[in-house]
Amino acid sequence: MMGRTIFIDPGRCIGCQACVSACRECDSHRGKSMIHLDYTEPGMSVASLPTVCMHCEDPVAPCAEVCPADAILVTADGVVQQADTTRCIGCANCVNACPFGVPKIDLQAKLQMKCNLCYDRTAYGLAPMCATVCPTGALFYGTLEELQAERPGVQVADSFAFGDVMVSTGVAMVVPADKVQWPVPGGLPVVEVNGVDVR
Amino acid sequence: MTATDPVKAVSLPVPVSIDPSIAPPGTRNFRDAGGIPADQWHADQNGETLVPTHCCFCGVQCGMYLRVDKHGKVFGVEPRNHDINRMRLCPKGINAYQQVNHPDRLTAPLMRRSRDEEFKEASWEEALDFTVSEIRRIQQAYGNDAFGLLGGASLFSEKTYLVGKFARVALKTKHVDYNGRLCMVSAAGANKLAFGIDRAGNPFSDILLTDCLLIAGSNVGECFPVMTQYLWGARDRGASLIVIDPRETAIARTADIHVALKPGTDAAFFNAVLHVIVAEGLTDETYLAAHTTGWEEVKQTVAAYPPARSAEICGIPAEQIVQVARVFAAADKAMAWHARGIEHHSQGVENCLTVINLCVATGNIGKPGAGYGTITGQGNGQGGREHGQKSDLLPGGRSISNPEHRAQICRIWGIEESELPGAGTSMMEMVWQMQRREIRGLIGICNNPFVSLPNYAVVKDGYDTAEFHAQFDFFLSETAANAHVVFPVTTWAEDEGVMANAEARVVKHNKAQEPPAGVRTDTWVICELARRLGAGHHFDFPGSREVFEELRVASAGTVNDYYGITYERLEETGGIAWPCPSTEHPGTPRLFEDGRTCHPDGKIHMQVVEWHPPMDAYTEEYPLSLTTGRTVAHFLSGNQTRRLGALVEQTPRPWVEVHPSHGFRNGDPVRVVTRRGSEVFPALVTEAIRPDTVFIPYHWPVPTAANALTIDALDPRSKIPEYKVCAARVEAADRIDEVPAPPTAPGQEAYPEAQVSRTDPLPPTSPQGRGTAERS
Repeated sequence: MMGRTIFIDPGRCIGCQACVSACRECDSHRGKSMIHLDYTEPGMSVASLPTVCMHCEDPVAPCAEVCPADAILVTADGVVQQADTTRCIGCANCVNACPFGVPKIDLQAKLQMKCNLCYDRTAYGLAPMCATVCPTGALFYGTLEELQAERPGVQVADSFAFGDVMVSTGVAMVVPADKVQWPVPGGLPVVEVNGVDVR
Repeated sequence: MTATDPVKAVSLPVPVSIDPSIAPPGTRNFRDAGGIPADQWHADQNGETLVPTHCCFCGVQCGMYLRVDKHGKVFGVEPRNHDINRMRLCPKGINAYQQVNHPDRLTAPLMRRSRDEEFKEASWEEALDFTVSEIRRIQQAYGNDAFGLLGGASLFSEKTYLVGKFARVALKTKHVDYNGRLCMVSAAGANKLAFGIDRAGNPFSDILLTDCLLIAGSNVGECFPVMTQYLWGARDRGASLIVIDPRETAIARTADIHVALKPGTDAAFFNAVLHVIVAEGLTDETYLAAHTTGWEEVKQTVAAYPPARSAEICGIPAEQIVQVARVFAAADKAMAWHARGIEHHSQGVENCLTVINLCVATGNIGKPGAGYGTITGQGNGQGGREHGQKSDLLPGGRSISNPEHRAQICRIWGIEESELPGAGTSMMEMVWQMQRREIRGLIGICNNPFVSLPNYAVVKDGYDTAEFHAQFDFFLSETAANAHVVFPVTTWAEDEGVMANAEARVVKHNKAQEPPAGVRTDTWVICELARRLGAGHHFDFPGSREVFEELRVASAGTVNDYYGITYERLEETGGIAWPCPSTEHPGTPRLFEDGRTCHPDGKIHMQVVEWHPPMDAYTEEYPLSLTTGRTVAHFLSGNQTRRLGALVEQTPRPWVEVHPSHGFRNGDPVRVVTRRGSEVFPALVTEAIRPDTVFIPYHWPVPTAANALTIDALDPRSKIPEYKVCAARVEAADRIDEVPAPPTAPGQEAYPEAQVSRTDPLPPTSPQGRGTAERS
């Protein structure tokens, strides 16, 4: 099961963008945020949702799989790193491959940048900057046991259905208890493929 | 070792992965703290140090470290595991450090002899001499009270003490007030009437213990984001959440009950809730009999507010009133926290009293998890009025009208009682007096009334009428741009001092860097002006520490007792709540645990409140309620945050929030008209607001200033302006280019991607998600 990772809880997000500002402070990409803040029901509600790199595990990081320059490395502990500056050619294959829309391309520098789970901090026992500052705990860093100890009864999912494609991730999402039995729909609202319920 | 507080009743939701020993107070860098190998932390190799301090913005006062490079310059922020915030920070806190070495910083005094001239840089000698000569000229010609002083609640308490003393002892004027007058004075007035003490009853940590949390008029998610960790902690333990707000805010969205009442109807609502509690026999009669006065009168008054009547006044279903009453009264421990939403009214004090009546009638006072609190908007909104900066108060919260209190302070200050002026007027009233030429000269310290006071036309006229105006600031604010002299002073990171947060917990800010050349501390400037006015012997203060020592003595024996608080204790403990009468005393985080209030009889004095409508009448011409508030990215008048690229990118400009029933589309230019004027804003069309209400955030100056439209009606007791409700109408504006671009700010260059388009006439992103999201 998952080790120490980020858990995203959209129910707690207040849209304050502290995570976005905090991400800018990270030493590995100072001045640029690698977090997207999405609004789920514009005009209807203030509901919002932070998106960080999901650090895909199965299939192994689509961004890394499609990289023609082998610039995106995955560490032994499952962190999908941002592009190696000495290898990246800025082709944006990773941008197209990512099912979550995470990587960004700096066109001038011809360089892909994305969340690397604050490797410079997590490697030394600190939480990523975004999860450290998140005022509400919408971004939580720790183990599942630690999360559940703090929030009794909380349920998480770490697999997502994009049509008939399943993606398992290192980062997990807090979901309502009745939704945890099947993967969280990530892309098109397809539940059946060739007559088979893919949930 | 952790940043501990003497009150640590419960464990907060700490990010458990973080070793709390990583950066205790006094730690100079990560290597000293342990856990990070010195040779692998590149920032440390570069000679970085971490200075423990607190955020300069709101009343939560989150602990943070400022990162200081080997040249002694602040260059970043690092979360700090302080008891208040446990590492958490909001976007303002994260970006606050960028002001310290911002290119807009004023580094030389600016001076001009008339408003027709351009500012020129002047020497400190010239600027001080000119200011003193103008003070003398005005006071000799028109009397001492013709000169006024306006302080600020973002100043350290030492400086607010100095402002009050300087006004009374050096300027010898009664006209001193501060911008906390625009913040929580209604709550302060209510608390004093009911309990005899002006502060929240409980620490934030009590929220974690409550069974029912009622939040009235507070957009916690945007105004006090870090407080939501306590709220969610309570929710995790099963507490109910009731939110009273005309808008469906991020907190209201997740509440058990969200009451979207019409602005300005709070007293009618709370009276009706109490009506139901009485009718259903849910009051705590034993508690009421033992600890209160005035209950019978209150009970009779609320009898006239059945749910049906209040529901009509408030524009909500009567069932909601019954529901709130039952949930609140059924809870074993219930708490109510409120903020400007119920305080910024012409009956702000009374609104707060109705909330207090609710807590008292159900016996929810003075217990862990049960009580009341007000959330201060400004960093030192609480401490800023405790030591004599407010027009009617002397240090220690003493009354300037009380002969005994006057004599005590005169003894400490070494002046004759006959020399001490009486009570002055409030901030808005001082502006009216400037219009009437009763006040002809003014010094402003750390405030920006051109954006923050209501009815901008009146404010501008008042300041323009003044013969002399000096301003202390570190950026050239809209108000400073009107001045004759602008003194460049330090930021919070360049001086030390204390602030009291919303819990009345006194925390210490530490100096992280030397001020830029040419910049002086407010303390130095005030003392230098006093010396030149011939009162130097009363102002022999080399720095904040010496002022604090006098402040401690001046507050000793009062309700606001700071005597037992020292800089050393604050550094060791991470904060002490007053009253703290001796250096052995642990402080008082929770009030009334012994069942006694600060009134001489030890009782809670319950107050009768009748609802009355807002001052600005609704008519066919002005049928809507205009209400104002904050957005998470900006702070108060925006003088600080509108210069920080990341925050400007997050919320580049104001908007008007309207319900879809008005027929506008997102981004349409909409003219908002009130009896004070009209302005055009892009529409943010959302169902998260009442159809009869529109909302504008107030951080911007004209031509998109919410406060050009709001009314300068005041609460008769607290003299707080009625920002939160005035009559308005909306209409389609003719042209899209009537929506002006946001003002430029050089600080935006700090981050290349933080540039905002100057030509885009519509809001590119939706603040708080009520529009189209845009990925950067």
